[in-house]
Amino acid sequence: MATTDVSQPRARPVRQSLDVLGWLRENLFNSWYNVVITVALLILIYQVVSGLAGWLFTAQGWPAVVANLKVLLAWTYPADQLWRPQLALGVVTLLLGLSAGVWRGIVLALAVGFGVVCLLLALPTFLLAPVPAQVALPAWQMFLAAAALVAVGAFVGNAGGQRLRWPLVIAWVLLYPVVILIIRGFGGPLPIVDTNLWGGLMLTLLLSVSGIVLSFPLGILLALGRRSDLPVIKWFCIAYIELIRGVPLVTVLFMGSLMLPLFLPGGESIDQLVRATVAVTLFSAAYLAENVRGGLQAIPKGQTEAARALGLNVVQTTLLITLPQALRAVIPVLVGQFISLFKDTSLVVIVGLADLLGAAQGVVGQPEWLGTPGGVWRETFLFIAVIYWFFSFTMSRTSRRIEQQLNVGKH
Amino acid sequence: MSDHRSSDDIIICEAVNKWYGEYHALRDVSLRVKKGEVIVVFGPSGSGKSTFIRTINRLEEHQEGRIIVDGIEMSNDIRNIDAIRRETGMVFQQFNLFPHLTVIDNITLAPIWVRKKTRKESEARALELLERVGIKEQARKFPGQLSGGQQQRVAIARALAMEPRIMLFDEPTSALDPEMIKEVLDVMKELARSGMTMLCVTHEMGFAREVADRMVFMDRGQIVEEGTPEQIFTNPRQERTKLFLSQIL
Repeated sequence: MATTDVSQPRARPVRQSLDVLGWLRENLFNSWYNVVITVALLILIYQVVSGLAGWLFTAQGWPAVVANLKVLLAWTYPADQLWRPQLALGVVTLLLGLSAGVWRGIVLALAVGFGVVCLLLALPTFLLAPVPAQVALPAWQMFLAAAALVAVGAFVGNAGGQRLRWPLVIAWVLLYPVVILIIRGFGGPLPIVDTNLWGGLMLTLLLSVSGIVLSFPLGILLALGRRSDLPVIKWFCIAYIELIRGVPLVTVLFMGSLMLPLFLPGGESIDQLVRATVAVTLFSAAYLAENVRGGLQAIPKGQTEAARALGLNVVQTTLLITLPQALRAVIPVLVGQFISLFKDTSLVVIVGLADLLGAAQGVVGQPEWLGTPGGVWRETFLFIAVIYWFFSFTMSRTSRRIEQQLNVGKH
Repeated sequence: MSDHRSSDDIIICEAVNKWYGEYHALRDVSLRVKKGEVIVVFGPSGSGKSTFIRTINRLEEHQEGRIIVDGIEMSNDIRNIDAIRRETGMVFQQFNLFPHLTVIDNITLAPIWVRKKTRKESEARALELLERVGIKEQARKFPGQLSGGQQQRVAIARALAMEPRIMLFDEPTSALDPEMIKEVLDVMKELARSGMTMLCVTHEMGFAREVADRMVFMDRGQIVEEGTPEQIFTNPRQERTKLFLSQIL
């Protein structure tokens, strides 16, 4: 027969590749109106970029940012005690390194990313003006130390292997109270630093990490409760979720800081920071519950049936089968929620806490910059915007990584 | 079936009735299954055959009648239900493997958490079972990386890992591509010959002819006819059975 042998694979047809000029002609200058649009956009882009770059290098407010780095990072936290937040950061870093060595995978990728960022940050901060003597470690030394701690931790963790698994899990559980204890102190070698001195990036991080860590279990319980067969639990959870989701975070913060003391027996005063943390946690938990519920609903009924048919009880089925699958299905949504929680913490300015945004407002209002033409607010707010962006972007990249890792073996 | 042999009965269903709302899904279904017997349940879709075998491990609740499995009477007591579920393995049409666990973790999960066996012991047993179903080399993969036939064989191994005394099969080959049906049926045949008590909802008549001790024909929620494969295939007593067989054979 003269027909082609269909069983023979053929080479894929070659696609014509274009050189730069060819690509430009094909895509940007292929008709008179596209030429007009391209030229107009090029002019616009030039205007914006040159204007921005010009301002960046000629702006006179940068000294305000450099001089107030400590204020933006830690607000009025006593300078001679600043080694404590640094120590807390060191503990976290060391744990991260150790975990990276033991578990590898995602944690290792995270730790490597963290170490590289620290090294990158050490360079520009090295060029900064020298800091006051009483500060324990200048920024560039701190970043180098952090990178070194991650590396050492990973090395030790790798050598220690699986034996370190459980001690590390326990260490992570204890980490949160330990960090709070180090930063707040308990007298003696660690004099108490009252929470009204806390602020800046440190406060933003503490608030959002507290919000995330505490709202996570609460949100899961609410999601499970909403699906419960017991009417009391179910209706309580629905009422709670719908109530919180129906009001803005500012309202919850006001409730927590202004109205709550009215309900409490006289003389009892709860720390302002605790009240804000509780408000943020309660608020976030309601949204988290709805996201987790979405994940739980997406799991086919066959999964629970198979688990029950194997003899697993309701609790085991939830913890081993449905919840892990539901959580991994909603990771992108959860990270999105954590990113918005991180940024929403800036609302605590309203109840009188000086988080990163509050600290920036403080810097802008300092009398010594009053003479600066145009003020220093552009530079200061751009600086904190970059910090917010940096953390949010890191979170979103991390979630992508986790997704990719967890997708192993799925279609 | 004479009385003196009723002690051999591992499953006893007496006048089981079930309703979905107003719809009468099972009507006075009575069936006794002896230890080691292989029973094939067949019938048109909507005849209640899946519902029936799902009442045996209480994936579906019945409203009237008695079900006694391995001497344990089904009641609303969750301990009885759990005890029955430990004795019965089930294989589903859609496999229902746990996609977030590897093949071996799928198999060892229940032995570790329900039977409280050690991980080491369970893994050794799991590998034996995987060898028995012919896919030992896939142990560390995730279910999504396997073909349908391989997934169903993992599901069988997962059920067997609990050392059940009864295996329930709910249309185990209906979701499979034609070329994969044989590999699953071969495993089921081997299991049947090893003396396992099996209750299979299936339309694989070759399988029924080869290994079934009895066949049960259901239609509209009732058992219309039961008998040996020989009798059902060559000389069905009921017109409905005759008609159905003429349509599928």
